[in-house]
Amino acid sequence: MKLRKMTFNKQLLIPLIALLALAIFNLLADPSFYKITLGYNSAGNPVLSGYLITILDYGSELAILAIGMTLVTAATGGQDISVGAAIAIAGSVILRVLCGTETSPAHMKAPVIVAFLIAVVVAMLFGAFNGTLVSVFNIPPMVATLILYTAGRSIAAWINNNQLPIVNEKSFHVYGGFIPGIPIPTPFFIAVICAGLTALMLKFTTLGLYTQAVGINEKSSRLNGINPTFIKFLTFVILGVCVAVAALIKVSRLSTINYSVIAKDIEMDAILAVALGGNALSGGKFNMPASILGAYVIQFLTTTLYKCNVSSAALSAYKAVVVIVLVVLSAPTVKDKLSKFWNKVKPATSKEKEAA
Amino acid sequence: MTKIKTRMKSMSDTNLLLIITILVFIIMYGSAMGILGEGFLKPQTFFNILDAQAALLIASIGMSVVMITGGIDISVGGVTGLVTMCCAVYLDFGGGNILVSFLIAVGIGLCFGLVQGYLVAYLEIQPFIVTLAGMFFARGLTTIVHTNPFNVANKEFIALKDTRIIIPGLGTVNRLGNYIDAYVEIGAVVAVILVIVFFIALRWTKLGRAFYAVGGNPSSALMLGINVKRTRFFSHLICGVLAGVAGYVYFLHVGSGSPSHATGLEMNAIASSIIGGTMLTGGVGNVVGTFFGVMSLATIQNIVSSIGLDQAWWTGITIAAMLCLFLVIQSVVMAWKRKK
Repeated sequence: MKLRKMTFNKQLLIPLIALLALAIFNLLADPSFYKITLGYNSAGNPVLSGYLITILDYGSELAILAIGMTLVTAATGGQDISVGAAIAIAGSVILRVLCGTETSPAHMKAPVIVAFLIAVVVAMLFGAFNGTLVSVFNIPPMVATLILYTAGRSIAAWINNNQLPIVNEKSFHVYGGFIPGIPIPTPFFIAVICAGLTALMLKFTTLGLYTQAVGINEKSSRLNGINPTFIKFLTFVILGVCVAVAALIKVSRLSTINYSVIAKDIEMDAILAVALGGNALSGGKFNMPASILGAYVIQFLTTTLYKCNVSSAALSAYKAVVVIVLVVLSAPTVKDKLSKFWNKVKPATSKEKEAA
Repeated sequence: MTKIKTRMKSMSDTNLLLIITILVFIIMYGSAMGILGEGFLKPQTFFNILDAQAALLIASIGMSVVMITGGIDISVGGVTGLVTMCCAVYLDFGGGNILVSFLIAVGIGLCFGLVQGYLVAYLEIQPFIVTLAGMFFARGLTTIVHTNPFNVANKEFIALKDTRIIIPGLGTVNRLGNYIDAYVEIGAVVAVILVIVFFIALRWTKLGRAFYAVGGNPSSALMLGINVKRTRFFSHLICGVLAGVAGYVYFLHVGSGSPSHATGLEMNAIASSIIGGTMLTGGVGNVVGTFFGVMSLATIQNIVSSIGLDQAWWTGITIAAMLCLFLVIQSVVMAWKRKK
């Protein structure tokens, strides 16, 4: 029991250290980063604003994606790089259902919940497509999802006939904005609900255990009566649900969609969140809270970079450097060398301990 | 029939997939001739496709080499874009020497190849993660170098860009009765030369055979005394350098720098290699197949846009569908062969 607690803390430590480093950097660079003001938006509702609230707001969809991405990573040892494109598809479906064929209808044609459920089904179908390629045809996940990565945004544009529909009703803003009377952004609550459901699912079903078993050793998990094909397939379908939720938030925020820009490079952020959470990108054991925390830390990094006047197109260059540093540090060969180096530096202290 | 079956059984995986590819290309080009008529009957159409796809062809050769060794490199599109932008900026603002601009192109490719090769081969990080980061890094860097697209006005460069190499004997007579020679751009010649060089190198050199051995089975390659890590490193190095050359050829074809250049090139390169019979699992593949893969992809794009589906999204969907189809065909053919 004690041992388990130790490993848990250790893994959560990585994103926490990163968070601390970023927090100190911001404190030194410009303390006004932490200023939070309570204002009123155009509808007259109280809203909090400030960089920290932005992180809480925009980090939430990333956290939701990180949940699905962690499961896919753990089961298959690969990542889904089509999540950004899949968000474009799901978002396009939501708008298509809400607006029908008109570009800017005065009223929504269907309740939001119906649109959302249809988007969930569509996103699950695309997840199932990826899952089939990976689990049945044994294609490496990143190559299999590369198909949707290229075609996804084209499909999204095609669903709405390349139109950019606009939802005019204010009530649609709630999901990506604020619930009247509550000053904390709604996406945060949605992320909390998703995290809660995931926690319940991992606690009361065997999903987490089976996923890790498949990721650690597919053959022996099959010998133990687990169906690896189904587990891999399932993780992609779950990621599909996460994608649909993130798409609802994204679309609601703008009330419209831009196919080539929506959720651009978000796959990179989601993979980063999983890596920053200390989860091995080659599959196996995972730690869900660490991934979710990792997602918020990534958003913290993004917001910090924006504040340093880095343009959004150049952002990916900086993040790529972070990814490389992270994967290099977590590479087994580097770890070996570091621990050897550590042993060389600290032989005196350990001997003293043994003597004592 | 049984004879064919036994012959297919004894055939190596590389040759079997190569034959499928060539058949697909012939069927596709033939149906293009049938559907679209006279345009495709002119040899010049073929050369025009070759001109337009030269950069993709060069990048695909590198991709095939990496995939034969069992890795993958998705940074080629990003590197190609970065090279076009850097060369354009150098030639426009630095006055510029063409030789130096070519060295810049190769140098950028070399840097990416060195770093990615080191990370993949010696630190044993998954190639996909490393090159995904490489792709985002290159794309980000492109916009840092210059934000807006612009044309290059350097005279020497334009002279080189407009150089046409005439191919005797394949010209056509136009409506006025004048004979017009068939021609290709320099990039296409470079691409074809590279295909031949790499075909020979992969078949008959020590390193070339080591690529197949490492991709087929790294542990038995190690037992044969092949330096697996160095072989992997070289595969990424070659791919990086070829991406640099591809960038220059792309630049030579379009004559401008833009952050949106070569978007999705990595996808097309992977698709071409796979259609050309290179297996994702490594150890199987052929550069000649890659050549036919690139041409098949270009032909189907031409067909799709000619029959009226010329919106941009159809291209993406077609390529994805073809890639998906070929991945499944490979998976099924291999499973079928193993069962026999």
